[in-house]
Amino acid sequence: MTTLPTEPAVSVAAQPAVGLMTPHPARLAGVEKETHDTFTLTLEPPGGAEGETASRFRPGQFSMLYDFGVGELPISISGDPERPEQLVYTIRSVGPVTTSLVTRSPGDTIGVRGPFGTPWPMTEARGKSVLIVAGGIGLAPLRPAIYHILRHRGDYNRLMILYGARSPRDILFKRELSAWNLLPDTQSLMTVDYGGVNWRGHVGVVTTLFKSIRTQPTETYALLCGPEIMMRYAMRELLTRGLLKHQIFLSMERNMKCAAGFCGHCQLGPFFVCKDGPVFSCAAIEPWMDLYEA
Amino acid sequence: MTTVQIQSALAGHPFLASLAESDIEKLAALAFKVNFQPEQIIFREGDPSSFFYLILSGHIALEIQAPGRVLRIQTVGEGDELGWSSLLASVNKQFQARSLEPVTALAFDGAQIVAQCEADPSFGFRLLRKVLAIVAERLRSTRLQLLDVYAGKGGGGQ
Repeated sequence: MTTLPTEPAVSVAAQPAVGLMTPHPARLAGVEKETHDTFTLTLEPPGGAEGETASRFRPGQFSMLYDFGVGELPISISGDPERPEQLVYTIRSVGPVTTSLVTRSPGDTIGVRGPFGTPWPMTEARGKSVLIVAGGIGLAPLRPAIYHILRHRGDYNRLMILYGARSPRDILFKRELSAWNLLPDTQSLMTVDYGGVNWRGHVGVVTTLFKSIRTQPTETYALLCGPEIMMRYAMRELLTRGLLKHQIFLSMERNMKCAAGFCGHCQLGPFFVCKDGPVFSCAAIEPWMDLYEA
Repeated sequence: MTTVQIQSALAGHPFLASLAESDIEKLAALAFKVNFQPEQIIFREGDPSSFFYLILSGHIALEIQAPGRVLRIQTVGEGDELGWSSLLASVNKQFQARSLEPVTALAFDGAQIVAQCEADPSFGFRLLRKVLAIVAERLRSTRLQLLDVYAGKGGGGQ
């Protein structure tokens, strides 16, 4: 079992601009349907040094995936950081590029840049309990953090995973969520906004699950990812429960284009989300969370 | 469950957090323990509002009947309350409540709580502030559900 490096695997500043902007070809090894509109793509890393770079990521980082002839998008890495032989991305089909990516066939070539961005604070959270709050596709960027904690279980106290989805058919990684709930010192709860007729589980927004967990505020790190509205409410709830701003981390999703802080599309206050984020502490990002994105 | 045990359970219930011991004692005098079996209908939509519950363990679904189907609109559980409409006069139950697993709760006759509030308005004010917080939380949650925040673009790098 390897340990993660203490600094991001790839520093944007350390790479020449041409290298940063050049997609490297990776072979699509498999496509797995997760829900009615969400798929997980497994890629074989590009060969050579680029492949080594691409597969060395830290939980929370993202890659730029280029569907040649269609377009390029930032996609969070959803796989196990300690399985460098594969690059795993979970993609919701919501637009032309994502729809094209998820309909590719094994053997096709996809361009990969990265990994980019700041990671979840796995080192800082050592010795603490970790509370994961995810909504919708936001569970994908958090899964590598969960894998990391499960691989290094002795380094962390309790693991609590709260997941909200739109409806039962939208629940991502459902089998894993159920399996994690059976592990020692681990609680994994899910809820849906709309239960329909046959759903026997919890109905309500994700913040309603907070009552079902016991947190020691001073001993807990919270990692949040999902729609910004959901994260804002979850953040307020956590602050009410006594967590401090430096213990709460959010993955922000803005209009990222270049992934290297060159183009400015993802500027949020003083930050470029692609370079200074996507993971921010609440202390850093809270003043900018209500800023309207044009 | 003895009065002391009821008092202890009430003191530890999130709904009553920060209430004075004297307020807890007043409520303990009105409370009694109830158990519900899985799938038991606790009340139906349209029933007269009579009981107010503080849930100690287990989960309960709030449902609404539609032609040919029952829709679950919310789930409440340990640490939640159920049946706040019993504290309002002339309001029948708006939803059906069904236990999903063995449920233990402390029950109160709503009319008795209201009478206690009228007899001691200071206590009544403190208690109704708690109820108002619950109503506000439910309203906020319902608004968020209506926003359908997971539709379309929704985080996760996409």
